[in-house]
Amino acid sequence: MIALIDYGAGNLTSVRKALGAIGADVMVPSTPADLADVRGIIVPGVGHFGATRALEGEWTDAILASVGEGRPLLGICLGMQWLFEGSDEAPDCPGLGLLAGRCYRLRGNDVKVPHIGWNTIDLRRQGSIIAGVAPGTQFYFTHSFVAPVSGDTVASTEHGELFAAVVERGQVAGVQFHPEKSGEAGLTVLRNFAELAR
Amino acid sequence: MLSKRIIACLDVRDGQVVKGVHFEELRAAGDPAELARRYNAEGIDELVILDITATIETRRARADTVRRVAAELFIPLAVGGGIHSEDDAAAAIDAGADKVSLNTAALADPGLITTLAARYGSQAVVVAIDAKREGDRFAVYARSGRAAADREAVEWAREAERRGAGEILLTSIDRDGTKAGFDCVLTAAVSSAVSIPVIASGGAGGLEHFVDVFTTGRADAALAASIFHNAETSVRALKRHLAAHGIPVRPWS
Repeated sequence: MIALIDYGAGNLTSVRKALGAIGADVMVPSTPADLADVRGIIVPGVGHFGATRALEGEWTDAILASVGEGRPLLGICLGMQWLFEGSDEAPDCPGLGLLAGRCYRLRGNDVKVPHIGWNTIDLRRQGSIIAGVAPGTQFYFTHSFVAPVSGDTVASTEHGELFAAVVERGQVAGVQFHPEKSGEAGLTVLRNFAELAR
Repeated sequence: MLSKRIIACLDVRDGQVVKGVHFEELRAAGDPAELARRYNAEGIDELVILDITATIETRRARADTVRRVAAELFIPLAVGGGIHSEDDAAAAIDAGADKVSLNTAALADPGLITTLAARYGSQAVVVAIDAKREGDRFAVYARSGRAAADREAVEWAREAERRGAGEILLTSIDRDGTKAGFDCVLTAAVSSAVSIPVIASGGAGGLEHFVDVFTTGRADAALAASIFHNAETSVRALKRHLAAHGIPVRPWS
């Protein structure tokens, strides 16, 4: 069973539908205690980093406890940015701090911001979350803020500058793009996570 | 590099896809879910459902169409036409839309852009602008091109961005359904004036029109309906043509 965290940032419908399409068992926990029995956690989300404030306290504790027990965690878009220490988008709102670095706004060097549309990811090292994804595959992005490229970066994307598109550290993974909106390639990513959470 | 997006538009009336010329003379063009499946298989990057049903009973009917189209689709889906309130937008998003497109309602109440951006994020709010050449300016029209809105397209696009719109869907009323090519002057003027992506619409008739709108028109995405519905041009052939002209596209499989 995979828990899909609902903290009011965007709608869960499409992520839930995509997980259903790959045959994953998914539930939306109503209290942090519900996370005790799940095999993996997905934190989705679009919109403002400030929305993650709803996860402060008990939710954060329960998610960290799950990671501490070695169970996989996947952050999608805003959910990935939340894995870092924080974001310039909401400076007084702490991130989960599982990954080092802070998120910042794309500078928009001769490109439009937000970064909306299909873009390639450039593999920097192997990562289990994007296993089986062919080189040159494109994914659907929609965001203005980005996470920095670091040792945790599995793949980066360029939009006026390089940023982290896929991150992985132990059982913790994140994707800046929307796998639920990236056609077959996106479903492959979700399948990989479901496999990790078996 | 970010790909230029090819977007197929489904103009839906009473649950069926229709297509007109200059926003009128509607003809039936098929079942929305069936067309969506076909475009998805051909490698379309995104879909827009524009509900042009003109009855009061639209919200539920629109949600049904959206649900049917979204059911097996894993690419972005925008819904427009008849989104007049926060409740209309919520119903479309709950049914599976990723974005809502505001036109007449945003002109009547620009604050709705900000309200929806605050609730769903700017990426979920598209402001659709229907523009017509009047002398050397581009006049904005509401109500499917029927009512002059007393606004200029470039200025309105700037304001929409300031109020929280994530994208502009820009339609040339003069070119709509004519297959004479996109209005690249209009598109470039708006695209240069805002930092958010601009989707060009109205006038697509051949492969070269898409090359034009992505180069001289400075469009970030291009939307078409009839050339795809009538199978005059497949999405695959279009992407092959664009790639051959050095325009970045999402690879077709």
